[in-house]
Amino acid sequence: MEKTYYNPADLKKFGNITELQPELGNKFFDYYGEVFKEGALTAREKALIALAVSHAVQCPYCIDAYTSDCLEKGADENQMMEAVHVAAAIKGGAALVHGVQMMNKIKELTM
Amino acid sequence: MPVTSLKKQHHELADAGFQLTVLQQGAQFPAFADKLQQHNLLPLKPTGTTILQVNVGKMCNQACRHCHVDAGPDRREIMTRETMQLCLDALAHNPELAIVDITGGAPEMNPDFRWFVQEISKLGRQTIVRCNLTIILANPKYHDLPEFFKAHKVQVVSSLPYFAASRTDAQRGDGVFEKSIKALKMLNEVGYGIENSGLQLDLVYNPSGAFLPAAQQTLEAEFKRRLLAGYSVHFNKLFCITNLPISRYLEYLLQSGNYESYMEKLVDAFNPAAAASVMCRNTISVGWDGYLYDCDFNQMLELHVAPTAPQHIRNFDLQALNNRSIVLNQHCYGCTAGAGSSCGGQTVV
Repeated sequence: MEKTYYNPADLKKFGNITELQPELGNKFFDYYGEVFKEGALTAREKALIALAVSHAVQCPYCIDAYTSDCLEKGADENQMMEAVHVAAAIKGGAALVHGVQMMNKIKELTM
Repeated sequence: MPVTSLKKQHHELADAGFQLTVLQQGAQFPAFADKLQQHNLLPLKPTGTTILQVNVGKMCNQACRHCHVDAGPDRREIMTRETMQLCLDALAHNPELAIVDITGGAPEMNPDFRWFVQEISKLGRQTIVRCNLTIILANPKYHDLPEFFKAHKVQVVSSLPYFAASRTDAQRGDGVFEKSIKALKMLNEVGYGIENSGLQLDLVYNPSGAFLPAAQQTLEAEFKRRLLAGYSVHFNKLFCITNLPISRYLEYLLQSGNYESYMEKLVDAFNPAAAASVMCRNTISVGWDGYLYDCDFNQMLELHVAPTAPQHIRNFDLQALNNRSIVLNQHCYGCTAGAGSSCGGQTVV
């Protein structure tokens, strides 16, 4: 039994998820590969978006993978940290904007 | 933090034999030769030698953290004028050697450097000098190097691992970025890197850490944009080079705990097309003492050319060298990863 929920070595086993459901797993990986190809967005822009999302969903595997990927795509530390701040701003903003809902309810319930 | 050579530190990795032992320990990594065998590239043969790469010495004004030469101010190995003359004799007898690629250390610190360049120029060969940029500012006697390069139409190839001080200085030493920018401006002033000047100034990017280089074309555009906007600096091409796991870079990988994962990255990224295009197929490397190697990396690992070929520049025989089998080891994975890597950048478009 693992002592921790996350094991860095498991990232390399990601592809093994196809063992239990090959059809859906393969479709996912084909799609994944297509998504990250150079397109209207550059491969580096996509890596930076992936890095930001990795932080938003708080996935340690993704943070490791996309930190390396951003470096290998030539992104610099400032760009990478700004991407993380974008994730933080959206997450923080998403929490705070619900304050409006709270204020609406306050109005509804108070004199 | 100042870096001193592994040799001066009496570090075990200063010994080429020990480096090879480390490289061969990883049983989980397939032997490079076996990998070539799978792709019908073994024995690896030259396609025709056109480049003579001459390492004129290990002395350098810098001591970069990733240096595969273990060069630095404390290194005293330097090519003599007599050995340079033997290189010139080889060039004179072999017009197929169209390019002479002079490297070091800081090649300009060799007292016979200028004489050597002048003599190569008389032979009508294209000369490349791997200039670390800061040497131009290191001492007033080097301030006229841009004019000297221009006079001999030297192609200048210079390392600048990033378009910002943070990563450049982390790899090459404090203050190196600022000095490099000043030196680049001096080269630009005499015409280097300026369109239609005929004076070629290329930069070299290699990762400041345990990761692979970015795609060359994309990064070149980014470097051009950043260096022009931030510093009004011009250059021609950017060469992306993968760090090979030898010498000081090997020491960095081991000390930072990145060795296994870096080797895994190189092995996983093995590209047969890059393997077919490796630089050792068209290059011969000459050491400071005149011995011959398949490349500058093999030189630092003291892996001489195969015994079927002449071992020293005094016995230079192009035919025999073109028939040799290239000596391989695990570090060769560095030249075959991804889009490939050579002294001229990536090898696969």
